[in-house]
Amino acid sequence: MAARGTQEIVMGLNGNEAVAWAVKQCNVDVVAAYPITPQTIIVEKFSEFVANGEVNTEFIPVESEHSALSACVGAAAAGARAFTATASQGLALMWEILYIAAGLRLPIVMAVVNRALSAPINIHCDHSDTMGARDSGWVQLYVEDSQEAYDTVIQAFRIAEHPDVLLPVMVNLDGFFLSHTLQDVRILPDEVVKKFVGTRDPIKIKVPYLGGREVPLVLDGETPITLGPLALPDYYFEHKMPQVEAMEKAKEVIKEVDEEYARLSGRKYGNGLTVAYGLDDAEVAVVLLGSAAGTVRYVARELRREGYKVGVLRIRAFRPFPVEDVVEKLSNVKVVCVMDRAISYGACGGPLFMEVRSAFYDSPEKPIILNYIYGLGGRDLPPAVARKIFLELLDIAETGRVKQLINYVGVRE
Amino acid sequence: MSSVINIREIAKKEPKLLPGHRLCAGCAAPVIVKLILSVVEGPVIVVNATGCLEVATTIYPYTSWRVPWVHNAFENAASTAAGIDAAIKALRRRGVIKNNKVNIIAFAGDGGTYDIGLQALSGAVERGHDFLYVLYDNEAYMNTGIQRSGGTPMGAATTTSPAGSVIPGKPQHKKPIADIVVAHKAPYVATATPAHWMDLMRKAKKALSIEGPKFLHVLSPCPRGWRHDPSLTMEVAKVAVDTCYFPLWEYENGEWRLTDRSLAIARKPQLKKPVEEFIKIQGRFKHLLRPENKHVIKSLQEYVDAVWADLLKRTSF
Repeated sequence: MAARGTQEIVMGLNGNEAVAWAVKQCNVDVVAAYPITPQTIIVEKFSEFVANGEVNTEFIPVESEHSALSACVGAAAAGARAFTATASQGLALMWEILYIAAGLRLPIVMAVVNRALSAPINIHCDHSDTMGARDSGWVQLYVEDSQEAYDTVIQAFRIAEHPDVLLPVMVNLDGFFLSHTLQDVRILPDEVVKKFVGTRDPIKIKVPYLGGREVPLVLDGETPITLGPLALPDYYFEHKMPQVEAMEKAKEVIKEVDEEYARLSGRKYGNGLTVAYGLDDAEVAVVLLGSAAGTVRYVARELRREGYKVGVLRIRAFRPFPVEDVVEKLSNVKVVCVMDRAISYGACGGPLFMEVRSAFYDSPEKPIILNYIYGLGGRDLPPAVARKIFLELLDIAETGRVKQLINYVGVRE
Repeated sequence: MSSVINIREIAKKEPKLLPGHRLCAGCAAPVIVKLILSVVEGPVIVVNATGCLEVATTIYPYTSWRVPWVHNAFENAASTAAGIDAAIKALRRRGVIKNNKVNIIAFAGDGGTYDIGLQALSGAVERGHDFLYVLYDNEAYMNTGIQRSGGTPMGAATTTSPAGSVIPGKPQHKKPIADIVVAHKAPYVATATPAHWMDLMRKAKKALSIEGPKFLHVLSPCPRGWRHDPSLTMEVAKVAVDTCYFPLWEYENGEWRLTDRSLAIARKPQLKKPVEEFIKIQGRFKHLLRPENKHVIKSLQEYVDAVWADLLKRTSF
């Protein structure tokens, strides 16, 4: 843990500014973005860096989010390191291109400041936006605080551009709870980040019609590469399998990158995929994503001081979903409460709940797994509510009686 | 870049779009692409919107393109080109790209330009990206089977504006797309057809020599959709110009100029043929020749005359 405290500077930043700082330090060639609450500060802050000549980046202030990601696809296809940021409706407008960015294996990094989807229109936090995009082929990392937002954006370029991965990466931070909340954020020196992320080095491919010659997979103006062709039933499926493999390999890469980053910064996020608290001896545990994990861990700590064996598992990587890791960490727990900040209408629970519950299907030892859906449209999860949830879980652990599998936290009748 | 077009030299070069693609017999699109790419000097990157040209030239594992080529989606050829333009600028600053100008050319059909892609085009032109946008206008969504678009002319029968007993084809006129781009103050906008091939090549060459967003509106007759014999593609394009249905002009730095056959017609108005000449050689208009639909031809003629008169004024005739 060499670097900590010696080279870093501490800045009072909100989550959005922390993201903008990370992008500034990552030698990003092209940023194309469109403003949307609560992401706007990222675009504004980055525009300042551009206007003041603090970055070499080409900034494209596009006319829509659809064009933001489309421009990133063009830029990344031409060999650039590209970044964009959005939220909610903006992500919804990008939808079509999310799948194309992943299908073309372009290592674009995008910060999503999680916000509820209309209707009714609401600018506050929940995870409905990115949960809907969970099958788009993007790596999805969810952060807990602004420091992690900064650290994860830096890590994201390494993950995305890793030759085993070559997938776009979404860094998700909770709208307002993180995006607009000031926190001390430790910023690494520019040269340390620069060295850590390096420059994007496009992979080489063998092209049969160029006599099997190895050429870089970029539009360089000279090499006749066809990127984004039509693939019919005879070849489409084969294009999808490498995406499946890349996503699987991303698990190891996320772990390795977090490990390597820890050596620079002294900061480590669990094993990179999940962050566990108290799970060595916990009887009950809460599983969740994002900023609410801080509140839940705070309450868990209190309860542990009171003698209750409670734990928390924060999922950092939702895609790829760390199935083995989740099962291993929770296998000795009696009751697990999966907290979803999104609804999957008509499904057997929230998106995270379905993943966790499905992960346990083949395990001989299964905890009781409940679903608590909370905090939609920015509704807070105060410590008192988290405490009540833990106490309910402890009661279930003792009695074995489950009243309700899927619960909606604090909703008016 | 030299402004002289040396046909002898160009004819010696391998085409940038190779044969073996699956565009229909008589399709004008590959002719347009080949003519434009033949005048490109130096590096080039082609962006192709979803459409006939894209699906018929890149059926995996084959490709007809001898140039770097990318297809993103239907409505975003302009924003994809914008991203490439930004990438080239950034990579040149970092010293990764060392060669001269990289030409960026986006090809999109009328659906991808007049309709679903208009916003991306408008944004990219407004921001001043350095690229050439080529609209190959076959006047309907041909790739999905001849549905009407903002580029379909009044009276044309398409599968979503059929010639019915009450409504005789598309009720609206064609959107003045090139004027819309001119209104953005793009440095160069021109119209062309593959039949007036020298004019097209000259305009493409000039466009590529200008910095900033350029727009070429090229009429692209479609035998399947326009219902004419595949051998008549160039003839139909010629008549489109002879009737002033599709005048040839260019706009450069605030100046309008008529070119080629349209310039000849402006100088000698008796050369201008009635729009019916254009209508009667295409099956998509055949219902208009029935007595009860004559008013549509009249309306089309009035529209063409008004646009032509306006163009003559702009070009100081």
